[in-house]
Amino acid sequence: MSDRASLKVNGQVHHLDVDPQCPLLYVLRDTLALNNPRFGCGLGQCGACTVLVDNRAVRSCLYPVSSALGKEIVTLDGLGTPENPHRVQQAFIDEQASQCGYCLNGWIMTSKALLDKNPHPTDAEINGALSGLVCRCGSHARMLRAVRRAAGRSSE
Amino acid sequence: MASQNPRSRRQFVKDGGGLLLGFSLGDPAAFPRLLRIFPSSETLHTPAAAKLDSWLRIEPDGSIRVFTGKPDIGMGVQTAFLQIVAEELDVSPEKISFVMGDTATTVDQGGVGGSTSLMLGSKPLRNAAATARFLLLRLASRRLGLPVEQLHAKNGVIGAQDNAAKSVSYGTLVVDAELTDDLTVSGQGFALNVEGLGKPKDPASYTIVGQSLARVDIPPKVHGRFHYVTDVRVPGMLHARVVRPPGVGANLVRIDETPLKDISGFTRTVVRGNFVGVVAETEWAAVRAAQALKIIWTAPAAAFPAQPDLYRHMRDTSPKATKAGANRGDAPAAFLPAAKRVEATYEWPFQSHATMGPGCAVADVRSGGVTTIWSGCQKPHALRKGIADLLKLPVDAVNVNWVEDAGSYGRPGFEDAAADAAVLSQAVGKPVRVQWTRSDMSGWGSKGPAVACDLRAALDEHGQVTAFDFTSRAFSGGETFYHPDAAGNFLAAQLMGLPNTTGKDEFAEFGEHSASYNFPNIHAIAHVIPALYPSASPLRTTHLRDPEGPAVTFAVESFLDELAAAARVDPIDFRLAFLDDPRAKAALAAVAERAAWDRRPSPKPNSGTAEILTGRGVAFGTRRGTYVATIAYVQVNRRTGAVRVQRLVCAHDCGLIVNPDGLRGTIEANLIQSMSRSLYEEVLFDRSNVTSVDWQTYPVARSLDIPPQLEIVLLNHPELPSSGAGEPSSRPTAAAIANAIFDATGARVRQAPLTPSRILAALARMQTA
Repeated sequence: MSDRASLKVNGQVHHLDVDPQCPLLYVLRDTLALNNPRFGCGLGQCGACTVLVDNRAVRSCLYPVSSALGKEIVTLDGLGTPENPHRVQQAFIDEQASQCGYCLNGWIMTSKALLDKNPHPTDAEINGALSGLVCRCGSHARMLRAVRRAAGRSSE
Repeated sequence: MASQNPRSRRQFVKDGGGLLLGFSLGDPAAFPRLLRIFPSSETLHTPAAAKLDSWLRIEPDGSIRVFTGKPDIGMGVQTAFLQIVAEELDVSPEKISFVMGDTATTVDQGGVGGSTSLMLGSKPLRNAAATARFLLLRLASRRLGLPVEQLHAKNGVIGAQDNAAKSVSYGTLVVDAELTDDLTVSGQGFALNVEGLGKPKDPASYTIVGQSLARVDIPPKVHGRFHYVTDVRVPGMLHARVVRPPGVGANLVRIDETPLKDISGFTRTVVRGNFVGVVAETEWAAVRAAQALKIIWTAPAAAFPAQPDLYRHMRDTSPKATKAGANRGDAPAAFLPAAKRVEATYEWPFQSHATMGPGCAVADVRSGGVTTIWSGCQKPHALRKGIADLLKLPVDAVNVNWVEDAGSYGRPGFEDAAADAAVLSQAVGKPVRVQWTRSDMSGWGSKGPAVACDLRAALDEHGQVTAFDFTSRAFSGGETFYHPDAAGNFLAAQLMGLPNTTGKDEFAEFGEHSASYNFPNIHAIAHVIPALYPSASPLRTTHLRDPEGPAVTFAVESFLDELAAAARVDPIDFRLAFLDDPRAKAALAAVAERAAWDRRPSPKPNSGTAEILTGRGVAFGTRRGTYVATIAYVQVNRRTGAVRVQRLVCAHDCGLIVNPDGLRGTIEANLIQSMSRSLYEEVLFDRSNVTSVDWQTYPVARSLDIPPQLEIVLLNHPELPSSGAGEPSSRPTAAAIANAIFDATGARVRQAPLTPSRILAALARMQTA
């Protein structure tokens, strides 16, 4: 049932005994104690568990760990550091874009993937790309402003 | 008087006794300290409010730790507290760190609730800080040989006003004298206050309070360095899932664990009556075990009305309790000669907290020694009592270690998850982490109550309201008591067969849950409807953000709009005619000015055959000293019934503003969350269970729904104490949107949420009328 597998997360390779069917989320959280992919629904409906797999935003709650083997996985704390934050992170701080912040992982990781693919999105493209994410507190307006700021657009 | 032999308590709290400390949000290395286990001999007393060092401690290195029973549940309260303490103590905010909600080291301030954190909870912190400053000045006076009047405190250093060479730091002053003075205590719970020798500053002199200090928790959250309760890991900890019945009243007949034997890491199943949990070494094993477990249940009871019959049920059922409202004059008599009468009925559904993170808690239950619960619930001190009652342990043998969870907005079920963890940890004799599924949260978390309001008014020939009549019927907002301080409060206990003996009747009241207007004759009454099922119900009701406020204000402010339309008067002018309070009038004037409100009666003159109609609506609300006026601009698609909120403008007066940008962030989120509740949110159910179990069956606002324009006007009153901001701006949104829909279309939607089908039905009714 368990396989010996190598998982590369934030540049570091981990050798693990895992059930190949186990969603990546539980391996990251439970086995590797990487907290930022968060359990929100386990159904791929909210995005709280988002990680980057080969630069693509993936919902780790439904993504079997076997699909991640041999790929580059990046989590929120691998994106930037407090001393050298990613521009999306800096923009979220500048806009003070958070209430409880539990959803932030999904918003920041999905925004990062969006801006990598489309560095100059329109408002409609931003709103569309982030429409699969839930923020229960209602911090959307500030988070959308933060993404516009990270895209180099003035914040109105 | 500063005590001269103070090392013991400071050392004890700092690193002795295995005591759990809070952690600096910027310091992830501090987090493992949270995981310390108590020695078996320990008993824990919640600190006494009457001691200064129960509230704050100054260390010899000049750092300051503040202890508060008011946790920050994601609205930036910690940063505001930080500013208040820094202001009174004359220290730089970076010097201050917080311990919040830990029942062994913070005073019981009733936890978080009722938008009271700044309104009430900041008072003892302000007074304690002012007293510490007073004592430090006195110590410095002795040390420097100068009268206090000649001393000046700045950045944690006290110096002579005219001689910069003569100075001493706070850290130096406390090396030999810890500040443990007695304080005078008044009130309890939310209203607990302390006063000492130091008096707070004149607000006119503030330099830190009133500034938009950046929230201290946001950088660690954005950088992925923050720890939520979901991240607590205790040595030897097992993982658990709970398995709920198929509906209310279903009883467990038997379980078949055969399929679980092959799951690697599965530990055991725990069954207590109808409470079922699976425990495993890994989370994935717990997930698989919960899915694989086969349980035979009896058929659930058909205890709920069919959903379309909910409000009929509420009207036809005898109330379990009734409360007369603030009556004035003789309303029944005043109705008789009325030139015009207006009547309308408004309905608000069960709604879900639908927290972003489903319930999660860790429990380490010890038969000898201290049981520890890690929970992000709003009322850790009450939870401590409830868990002790549930486990039949002395209260002093339980510690609740509060760690932030996803936004809770009331009593969502984080408390119930803690009880689940406690039952399971007790059963297996090891620390257990429970993680609810989305379905556990949306389906079985407690709910905000459904409310139906009937309103009547009489108008004279001049369009003046001569009589006003309000009747509400609501499930109790306290059926599940929001202070989880007894075993029967918990879902786990109810599934195990304990009755809920903690519930309270809480009414939906005119004036209390809405603004009040000075009509000459008012009759108001509120009824509580019995719970649909007495125990372990997924429709059990409790506090959801601004309990009853959105529902009653939706009714009252929609009705005011109907009266204004009947009188053919502009909706803001109409309200102003029945308001005396200058702050109420100022809020309406400010929102009208910012929005460039077009002053005219509603509805808007007919816009021909256009498919998309636009309109604007206003609503007003007050909540315990806070005033909110909101204007919504909407587009309504007359063919599909779809409504899009284009712009929300909100004027907000909550007295003294501590942190303008933090306040703005909280109001913006309030507006969006309440817009979501107004347009989309309704708990669906069948005859025995809730069927809203995920984000598809309980949809909330998403990025495409967010108004492109969101504008907030802050009305600051430094001369007045701060009132609350966590809830008040949730209050007027639904009516503002419904009134805008009416303005656009002439159709009145009186049932929330304001869905396309209800809008189409209202349009059809208008055409046949």
